[in-house]
Amino acid sequence: MENIELSGTPKTPSVNFNCENGIIELKGRSIPENSVEFYKPLNDWIKEYGLNPQELTIFEVKLEYFNTSSSKCLLDIFKILESINGNNTEVKINWYFEKDDGDMEEAGEDYQALIPLTFKMIEVKEI
Amino acid sequence: MSLNTIYEFYQTMEREDAMISFKGDITADLLNSVLLIIESKLVALEKSTKTRKKVYNVLVECLQNLYHHNYGIDALREEKRSDIVLPNSSILIISNPKNHYEIKTGNFVSIQKAKEIEKKLEKINNLDKPQLREFYKTVLNEGKISCKGTAGLGLIDIARKSGNKLEYSFLSINENYSFFCLNVKIN
Repeated sequence: MENIELSGTPKTPSVNFNCENGIIELKGRSIPENSVEFYKPLNDWIKEYGLNPQELTIFEVKLEYFNTSSSKCLLDIFKILESINGNNTEVKINWYFEKDDGDMEEAGEDYQALIPLTFKMIEVKEI
Repeated sequence: MSLNTIYEFYQTMEREDAMISFKGDITADLLNSVLLIIESKLVALEKSTKTRKKVYNVLVECLQNLYHHNYGIDALREEKRSDIVLPNSSILIISNPKNHYEIKTGNFVSIQKAKEIEKKLEKINNLDKPQLREFYKTVLNEGKISCKGTAGLGLIDIARKSGNKLEYSFLSINENYSFFCLNVKIN
């Protein structure tokens, strides 16, 4: 399968999904009017990756902003990752937030409460 | 419109400490432009990154609410009332009075939609911070995403980020629709 590499735009994050090292990354802002359109191909990619995953899969979430439309799509990604966890791969989530961005930290904790995967909360100076 | 009205408009804006105001159709292009303008204004005006992010986040949700839920005829078609034409023009005012920001929106909604929104807003305003967070998680986990890409989380998120009670009113325009006014304060 092919890796996904997309550059960020003012409304969508950069995407780096790598099936060779098992690292999938979203970085930047995710505020499109209709997120489903943007996230559908990403969900499909993870589902396909899940059929033949690496031993360790890491989801790097480095978001500066995301809207409520994206929040639902992110939950879907977490659910797909949860479903492939344990099937020949261990899935870990690294949730990044900028120092003083309590809202983004809380958002990560909210997902952590809903999804039984290992979340690591990582504070950084700038995303 | 008389020429004097222009100065009256100016004075009203000045009194309200308006940063930007707009009346008309909220298109995707308009939405992008407003976000760009406000983002650069916030960088110049606001020292606290935290506040900057909150204002930007709330604005994104407010604008996208106007964009999605103001489809005029389409909105009513969903309610099988294609005979009624709903004005699809909205108003948006972003202002920066002392020590806080205000985002005000106004748009036409059908009577049925107005009832739904009012019920939701009453519920939101009755919740304290931790309860609001629980409510958000419940809707996030159990809610379904609509074909427009909306998740029913917008107003809850706006209330969470603002940290204040949401001010709102519904002005009855005729037997078919109301004008929905929302004021969000961010400290």
